[in-house]
Amino acid sequence: MLRRLFNRGFDRVERLLDGAFGPAWNPLAHLGSLGWLLFWVVAGTGLYLFIFFDTGVHAAYESVQWLSEDHWYHAGVARSFHRYASDLMVLVMLIHILREWAMDRLRGRRWFSWVTGVPVLWFVYISGITGYWLVWDTLAQYVATVSTELLDALPFFSEPIARNFLSPETLNSRFFTLMVFLHIAIPLMLLLMMWIHIQRITDARTNPPRGLGIMTLLALLAVALVMPAVSQGPADLATVPQRVGVDWFILSLYPVIESVPPGVIWTGALVITFLMIGLPWLPPRREAPAAVVTLDHCNGCARCVADCPYAAITLVARSDGAPFTHEVVVNEDRCVSCGICMGSCPSSTPFRRSEELTTGIDLPSRPLSQLRLEVIEAARSLTGEGRVLTLACQHGSAGAEGPGRVVLPCVAMAPPSLIDYIISRGLADGVAIAGCSERECFNRYGQEWTEQRFARQRDPYLRERVPRERLLLLWHGTSEARRTLREIASFGARLAAMPAYGKVRPITETRAPDRAGAPEAGT
Amino acid sequence: MTRPARYRDMVAGGIVTLAVTAGAAWLSAKPEWQSLEPGMALVRISFTHGGDRSGSCRPLTAEELATLPRNMQRKEICDTHYPPVTVELDVDGQTVLARELPPSGFNGTGPSRLYQRIELPAGSHDFVARLRDNPQTAGFDYENRAQADLVPGQSYVIEFKPAQGGFTFR
Ligand code: HEM
Ligand code: SF4
Ligand code: SF4
Repeated sequence: MLRRLFNRGFDRVERLLDGAFGPAWNPLAHLGSLGWLLFWVVAGTGLYLFIFFDTGVHAAYESVQWLSEDHWYHAGVARSFHRYASDLMVLVMLIHILREWAMDRLRGRRWFSWVTGVPVLWFVYISGITGYWLVWDTLAQYVATVSTELLDALPFFSEPIARNFLSPETLNSRFFTLMVFLHIAIPLMLLLMMWIHIQRITDARTNPPRGLGIMTLLALLAVALVMPAVSQGPADLATVPQRVGVDWFILSLYPVIESVPPGVIWTGALVITFLMIGLPWLPPRREAPAAVVTLDHCNGCARCVADCPYAAITLVARSDGAPFTHEVVVNEDRCVSCGICMGSCPSSTPFRRSEELTTGIDLPSRPLSQLRLEVIEAARSLTGEGRVLTLACQHGSAGAEGPGRVVLPCVAMAPPSLIDYIISRGLADGVAIAGCSERECFNRYGQEWTEQRFARQRDPYLRERVPRERLLLLWHGTSEARRTLREIASFGARLAAMPAYGKVRPITETRAPDRAGAPEAGT
Repeated sequence: MTRPARYRDMVAGGIVTLAVTAGAAWLSAKPEWQSLEPGMALVRISFTHGGDRSGSCRPLTAEELATLPRNMQRKEICDTHYPPVTVELDVDGQTVLARELPPSGFNGTGPSRLYQRIELPAGSHDFVARLRDNPQTAGFDYENRAQADLVPGQSYVIEFKPAQGGFTFR
């Protein structure tokens, strides 16, 4: 319920941003890749700052002052980039988490990215916290005190580590050096986790669209020049910071930590972490069984390997003695049953005559033969002029079942030949493909593959003979159901106004595929 | 395919990106957080000190000595566990802290630890700190007093250093 509310909410906000950025550059559709860009910005500027930074606790503040003031035009700018890109990274990450959850891209066999994202979340925060420590200004002193008091609540340290920051006499460099080390080590671990995070998806987008990336960098530059990042007063352990300027992205929890007993904080952190790790199974997604390969119909062309968005198919050496070099195997733990592979297989053609309509790779719970029957069934409910059959994505604006509509896990599950079949067999006067939102596909690449197949840029091509004016592609988000119906209706009206399609070769009643999947005329 | 970017997207998107980035930069230091109320000073009393274990020592019996290898023979055997330490702090005649600190470590073989924050209004204050670490004796083993004129935001630290005769104040 809540998820649906957020899902629609995101869709609404994203439509607004579509207006400003255009769907190709919509930042909400590129949060993951923006996160990567920001990480590289932070890492690059961090290395640069390190050249000028003095790692001793007594000279650190001075060195940061020097680079911010005397060398503001390069090192100071780098410092602002370093801080503001970290802030944006936190922002981008938090929205990314909320959005992936709202889009329900975490449950079932898609759990991997989510679960590996949880340590990413912590590493981002810890990287930021250790960074603020290094400036050794009053904020750093505040961070040091609150952090060590929190850590002391754990039974790990023989001596309260907060004692390091009691007075100028107790301060020692040892702890500071540890922080310098952690501020390098933790981001490296973050990078490793970010890399693991995207291992189970194909071609994860780690580079934002160039325009969006340039905009982000220019905005950072402008802000770095106008509102440079500065230190607060130098740390002085003879005093306690009374009023501090807190970074509300990285340190937003610090005022809370100060006001709540440490036991509550640690329990809360632990509960939230485990709750997040468990979220993909709360509740578990009822998933269809994984795609199955039928070697008799597979020639090892590897189109399905290229099209599977979840890296679930691998090409291996041929095992059945057929005169091909390769075949494919499906990794059942990764397959989310999106059906995109079925749509990509050259053997997936509803025109086939074979007894059982089988193809190279298919969803056992909803094979091509059944899809053909569903399409024929849906076409029966279409009457009058301008009959539109809709192939809809379950995650888009037309995801609800309806007359004349076949809802698929992804519109890329429909092989192009199915469109050809619907029109050339006269099942409908036109076909509407209603996918998910233009800016981003639930199944990552379904939209792109569909567009490319229809544009004859990606195998399997939509045949030339299919009249394009009888095809409508809609990429609408979940909050646009009415717009979709409107556009389908006007498409129907346009079809009705066209002269009837002349090349129809209807399925004859006797030869129509019945429940047993009877043979059917070829092309 | 999504429609190609237009000139308008660069302008409108650029403005939004700039606004978000500027907003983030602003939030990176403001609004300020009042960690310690104005006019307050912070007193922290902190130490690590093990209670006196000498009371638990007893001479080894002749049989016990005989079972030990030569290089491990000692006159006395003592408990490895520390007894608890009792600490009290009075500020201006009011007891603000009275605690029995158990030894640390999972089986009580570590010293007692204390780290306690006490916020006080700035101004002159009298401090009396007492500590009892020997279960054998009655009453407190240490008692030290000090008077301090605290300014707002000052950090005033009370530690326990038996080598210096008990509590230190600064
Ligand atoms: C700043 C840190 C992070 C970065 C840079 C990042 C980056 C990415 C990238 C590049 C993708 C692939 C997007 C695509 O090509 O479709 C992705 C997907 C995803 N991320 Fe993150 N991520 C971060 C943090 C997180 C966190 C903290 C979580 C959750 C706890 C999370 C959950 C997910 C999920 C569920 C997906 C979708 C996977 C799928 O499509 O099956 N991410 N992330
Ligand atoms: S259904 Fe096919 S394309 Fe989709 S995840 Fe499974 S193997 Fe990959
Ligand atoms: S697309 Fe079809 S024929 Fe090609 S490798 Fe995959 S299953 Fe085999």
